[in-house]
Amino acid sequence: MKNNLKGWLYLLPAVIFLGVFMVYPLIDVIVYSFEEGYNFASQSYTGTGLYNYSYVLRDPYFTQALKNTFIIVIITVPLSTGLALLISLGLSSIPKVRELFQTIYFLPYVTNTLAVGLVFMILFKKTAYTDGMVNLLVKAFGGEAVDFIGGPYWAKMFVMCFYTIWIVLPFKILILTSALASVNETYYKAAKVDGTRPGRIFGRITLPMIAPMIFYLVITGFIGAFKAYSDEVALFGTDLNAAGMNTIVGYVYDMLYGNSGGYPSFASAAAIILFAIVFTITCINLLLSKKSSVF
Amino acid sequence: MSNQNDYDRIERNAKRRKLIKNTVIYIFLAIWGLMVLFPFYWMILSSIKSYSAYSSEYIPKFFTLSPTLQNYSEAFTAVPLGKYFLNTLIFTLCTTVLMMVVIILAAFAFARLEFRGKNIVFALFLSLMMIPNELVIITNFVTITDLGLRNTFAGLILPSVTSVFYIYLLKENFEAIPEELYKAAKVDGTSDFKYLVRVMLPISQPTIVTIIILKVIECWNSYVWPRLITDNSNYFLVSNGIQEIRENGFGRENIPAMMAAVVVISVPLIVLFLIFRKKIMAGVSRGGTKG
Repeated sequence: MKNNLKGWLYLLPAVIFLGVFMVYPLIDVIVYSFEEGYNFASQSYTGTGLYNYSYVLRDPYFTQALKNTFIIVIITVPLSTGLALLISLGLSSIPKVRELFQTIYFLPYVTNTLAVGLVFMILFKKTAYTDGMVNLLVKAFGGEAVDFIGGPYWAKMFVMCFYTIWIVLPFKILILTSALASVNETYYKAAKVDGTRPGRIFGRITLPMIAPMIFYLVITGFIGAFKAYSDEVALFGTDLNAAGMNTIVGYVYDMLYGNSGGYPSFASAAAIILFAIVFTITCINLLLSKKSSVF
Repeated sequence: MSNQNDYDRIERNAKRRKLIKNTVIYIFLAIWGLMVLFPFYWMILSSIKSYSAYSSEYIPKFFTLSPTLQNYSEAFTAVPLGKYFLNTLIFTLCTTVLMMVVIILAAFAFARLEFRGKNIVFALFLSLMMIPNELVIITNFVTITDLGLRNTFAGLILPSVTSVFYIYLLKENFEAIPEELYKAAKVDGTSDFKYLVRVMLPISQPTIVTIIILKVIECWNSYVWPRLITDNSNYFLVSNGIQEIRENGFGRENIPAMMAAVVVISVPLIVLFLIFRKKIMAGVSRGGTKG
C-alpha cells in the first residue's frame, strides 16, 4: 500500500501536466469541433453538428492551404529522402573528410528557422534596389529575374520547397549515414570476392539493409511535411493567406488567433481533418513498408 | 612480359576510374556543402556591410572591404534584442529544468518502483506519443487564456514541461542499470530518492545530457506557442522577436541590421553545436525530429 502511494507520487507531476495539457485538450478539441456558432467571449454555442467541418472544407483559404500542403509534401518528401541517400552514399565512400562534411551538413538543424528564413528571403527577394543574389544566378544562366518571395505562385512554391529540403536534410543525412555505417562489412567483402558489380551490390545488399531506415524517414517526413508552418512564416511573413502560401497548420492557427482569429471551433475542425489525413497516410505507409520489407 | 603489361594497364585503369569516381563524389558533396554554408556566409557578410554600402549595391558584392560593427550596436539599441535574448534564456532554462525534474521522477517510477496500475499507465503514456501538438494546442490556448496567463512566463513554460518520449528514453536507460545496485542500496537502507540522485542520475548522465541538449535546441527555436500566447513584446522570445523585427523593426529596408540580429540569434546554438557536436548528433539520431 505504501509502495503504491510512492509510485504514484513520483508520477504525479507528469500525470498532472499530461492530463491538463494533453488528455483534456484531446477530448476538448473533438467537442469544440462539433459545437456550432461558438462564441469565444461568452464561451457559449448555438448547437451541435457538422457545420464547422463543412464550413472549413468550403473555405477557399482552407482549400488553398490544403493544396499548398499537398504540393509541399509531394515534392519535398521524395526529393529530400533521395538527396539524403545520395549524400550519405557519397559520405560513406570518403572516410577521410567525412566528419568535416557531416558537421557542415548538420548546421541547418541547429539554427533558428525563423532567423535563417530571413536570410533565404533576402537571397531570393527581388526589390526595387536589387534583384537579389539568386536572380543574379538566374540571369547568369540566361533567365529572367523573378521575385521569388512576392511573385508568381510557382516561384514562391520553389523557394518554399527548397527551404524545406534545406531544413529537413540534416536529420535524414544523419540517420542514413549511421544506417549505412551499420551494414555489416562482411557482406561487402563477400560480394567483392564474387566480383559483384557495384550497382548490384547497392540493389541487393545496401538497399535492403537500410530499407527500414528509409521507410522510417519517409513516414516521419510525411508527418513533418504535413505539419509545415514555421518555415512558411519565415519566408513569407505571418499573413500567409495574403501571400497565398498558407498551410493546414497555418490555417488552424489563423482561425485561432491573429487578424482572422477567434474561431476555436473552426480551428478544431481543421486540426482534426489534418490529423485524419496524417493518420491515413501514415497507415498506408506502414502497410506498404510491411509488404515490401519481406525480401 | 605481355602479362605484366596487361596487369599494369588494368591497374592503371582501375586507379583512374577510382580517381574519377572520387572526384565526382567530392564535387557533389562540395556543392551541397556550399548550399548549406552560403546562407550563413551571406548573413554574416550582410551584417558587416554598412547600410549605405548595402543599399547602393544593385548587384550584391561577395565581400566587403570596409566591415563595420555599427549594425550590431543598432540591433541591440533600436529593437529590444537583448530583452528577447534574456526572455529566451529564462524560458529555456525554466522549461528544461522543470521538464528534467518531471521526467526523471516519472521515469524512475516506471523503471524501479512497483505500484498498482503501472503497466496500464505506461501504455497510456506511450499512446500519447502519437498525439500531434497541433491537435492539443487549440484547447491549451483557451486554457491559458482563461487562466489569465497570457503574456507570462508561466503561460509560456507550463504546457511544454513534459515529454512522453523523453520519459520513455530515460526509463529504458534506467532499466539498463543493474537491479542488484538497487537491491543493495535498499539493504543498506538508502531511500529511493537518495538512490535516484546518488546512483541512477550519475550513471545515466550521457542520456540526461542528450535530452537537455535536445530540449534546449527545441526551446531556443520554438515559435508557434510563444506567438499564440504573447502579444506583448516584453515577453517575446527570439523567434517572435525576429518576426517582429522583420515586420516592424528597423524599418523594412535596413537589411544589414536585420542580418546582425539574425547572426546574434543564431550564434549561441551554433557554438553549442560545435562544442557538443558528437553528443548532439548521437542524441538526434536516437530521438530527434525537427519541429
